Amino acid sequence: MYVADSRSSKAPVAPATAPGRRGAALRAAVPGAVVALGTVSLVTDISSEMVSAVLPLYLLTGLGLSPLGFGLLDGIQNGFSALVRLAGGHLADRRGADGAARHKAVAAVGYGLSALCKPLLLFAHTVPLIGAVIAVDRTGKGLRTAPRDAMISLATEPEHRGRAFGVHRAMDTAGALLGPLTAFLVLRLAGGPLLADGGERHGYDAVFTVSACIAALGVLVLLLFVPNRLGSDETSTSTPSLRDGIRLLRLPGLRRLTLCAVLLGLTTVSDSFLYLLVQRQLGLATNLFPLLPLGTAAAFLLLAVPLGALADRIGRRRLFLAGHAVLLLAYGLLLSPLRGLPAVLCVLVLHGSFYAATDGVLAAAAADAVPADQRGAGLALVGTGQALARFACSLLFGALWSAIGGADALAWSAGALALCVVGAAVVLREPTREVPS
Amino acid sequence: MNQLQNRTRILVLLVAVLLLGAVGTGAVLYAADRTARRDQAQPGGPAVSPGHVTLQTPSGGRQLVFRNMAWGPHRDELTAVPADHADGPRTASGVHCLRFYAAGGTGICLQAEHGALEDTYRAVVLDDHLKEKRSFPAAGIPTRSRVSPSGHLAAWTVFVSGDSYAGTNFSTRTSIVDVRDWNLRDNLETFDIIKDGRPYQAHDINIWGVTFADDNTFYATLATGGQTHLVRGDLAARTLTTLHDNVECPSLSPDGTRIAYKKRVPGLSADAPWRLYVLDLATMTETATAEQRNIDDQAVWTDTGTLLYALPGDYGADLWTVPADGSGTARRVTQAAVAPAYVG
Repeated sequence: MYVADSRSSKAPVAPATAPGRRGAALRAAVPGAVVALGTVSLVTDISSEMVSAVLPLYLLTGLGLSPLGFGLLDGIQNGFSALVRLAGGHLADRRGADGAARHKAVAAVGYGLSALCKPLLLFAHTVPLIGAVIAVDRTGKGLRTAPRDAMISLATEPEHRGRAFGVHRAMDTAGALLGPLTAFLVLRLAGGPLLADGGERHGYDAVFTVSACIAALGVLVLLLFVPNRLGSDETSTSTPSLRDGIRLLRLPGLRRLTLCAVLLGLTTVSDSFLYLLVQRQLGLATNLFPLLPLGTAAAFLLLAVPLGALADRIGRRRLFLAGHAVLLLAYGLLLSPLRGLPAVLCVLVLHGSFYAATDGVLAAAAADAVPADQRGAGLALVGTGQALARFACSLLFGALWSAIGGADALAWSAGALALCVVGAAVVLREPTREVPS
Repeated sequence: MNQLQNRTRILVLLVAVLLLGAVGTGAVLYAADRTARRDQAQPGGPAVSPGHVTLQTPSGGRQLVFRNMAWGPHRDELTAVPADHADGPRTASGVHCLRFYAAGGTGICLQAEHGALEDTYRAVVLDDHLKEKRSFPAAGIPTRSRVSPSGHLAAWTVFVSGDSYAGTNFSTRTSIVDVRDWNLRDNLETFDIIKDGRPYQAHDINIWGVTFADDNTFYATLATGGQTHLVRGDLAARTLTTLHDNVECPSLSPDGTRIAYKKRVPGLSADAPWRLYVLDLATMTETATAEQRNIDDQAVWTDTGTLLYALPGDYGADLWTVPADGSGTARRVTQAAVAPAYVG
């Protein structure tokens, strides 16, 4: 389930100084700041996904926390993280003494908080303490997401934003793929069993320590290589107030986009449910189950950049809608009589394409609709709306699954998704005036 | 920070990579060292020597067989001690098991197989000389195992990835195999459930902790809707019938009249919620045992009316005993041992 989380909320922004010199075309489209932010995301994701990969096992076998308890904890904290994102976006838009927005500072606090949590895991040996550490970690995640996306948008010319977000999401997802591999490699090198069977925790301590080192590196890359001030972020004396944040919804473009993100989010079945359905509907062997998120992530990773560039050409809102149509295809495939590995692969490719066509693309579309001095709050609004809608969908879908079974619940979701795609197409059809950055 | 020259930044980054890399490497090496020390016997630990372990009544009388957790070359092997002298020298079999049980000359051993990136698990049926008769892939981390008194049926429970209602990653799966014809019931969740006298269906069902009465009747825990129940299972009829609430990891007494189990006692902390109780099946009266600590094990009955169970200890787990009738006090039987079964 880390696939969805990882993409909605990761790294900060990097400056034009560091990496990327890969040909004039790409350089034109992808500023150094974006590559630096992508690097921070990649590194931070390795760190956080290392912990995510071993935490359920650690809690279950080391501390005896029940699966159900873990799921509840996780759900609540993800909802909380989405709310913190609003605060992060708003705070980041406020001006510092020099008249510049504080995106980098807020992002650094967010990354820093999460980095501090990793060594704390070495000392938290009870479930409430670990819960508290994870809560702080998620707070950091919530804080940094909006300023990071704002920095990506501010660093990039409007016509290349789709591709820039695609590059960032691809790097982010690469980190999410490498994290679990790193964690299991460390456990293997530490020589201990994969589970804390017999009360051995040294292997887990090694994972937490290595994760802390990698997280610190991420913060350092942010501080060193992400510029304090980005291209189109001009010095301003007007600090947006909370009221300005609420007034954002008066922007017709942003309002429509938020409405669509919420509507579509309400019918987007969460990754963990989708993988369960893949396993049950398509008859996948249980031992292959942990590989399903990797399939989605691989497709996302490969397609994020090309689909981001496509969004720049044919329109971000159009591609965002098309992405949800692709998701509808995946639902259809799950409900069809097709079975077996080819069907599983098709569903995963469709699922990854859905993320590639919607995740960064939504941020790019939202950036078009928000003025630069409120970019953080505007992006947070759309993202939080989508995240909370998906959270509500998880609860509803879980209840529906219990009542009528997984396949029927999916059929209803597919119907609702089809309606929402049509509705969103109507809402988004009117051309939005692009706000000059 | 932007005033810094590129060269300075790269230098700072390089130094940080070296420092952090050293810390990370140190942590991994330290953990590897701690792990390696577990292969050297600890002073003061139980004496363990290799030998022959059998599940038949040995000439030396009744024996206790368990997974040895004492540090040394025989860590995690099945070892045998005289039943009346559980703290004595251990005879190691060379067979590795995470969980184990035996009865009627049949053993069930839940093993891990360490792969490159991922551990896999299997349930192995052992003959009376601990030779593998047949093995079955297990979908997750082993937790409980039992054999019917005749030795004809074996059951095991594992934690499964991705079988969960709440969208989390964990739930249990329980299987029963008949070792005479290898007829495998892979998932007891497919049995018909009769709850409070009526057929019951739900998608959040979990079953764990089988204990056998005979070659058709068994008891287990069924969880649904956030509540656990004791169920009686009928293998031929493929049914599970609820009997009593708030019962986990049941263990049937040798005379079939009582069930020892973990009860979730209100008011205890969420990470240590269980106490050891005994249920009288005729009257459904619950008796608290004198064990006052949190217990997370499926207890074993001795033939003298006491219970044997594992509690966390210095080497992972120790075996303790307490009378089943609520009297007496808990007493440690031996250190560094888990998953016991009486043999012979």
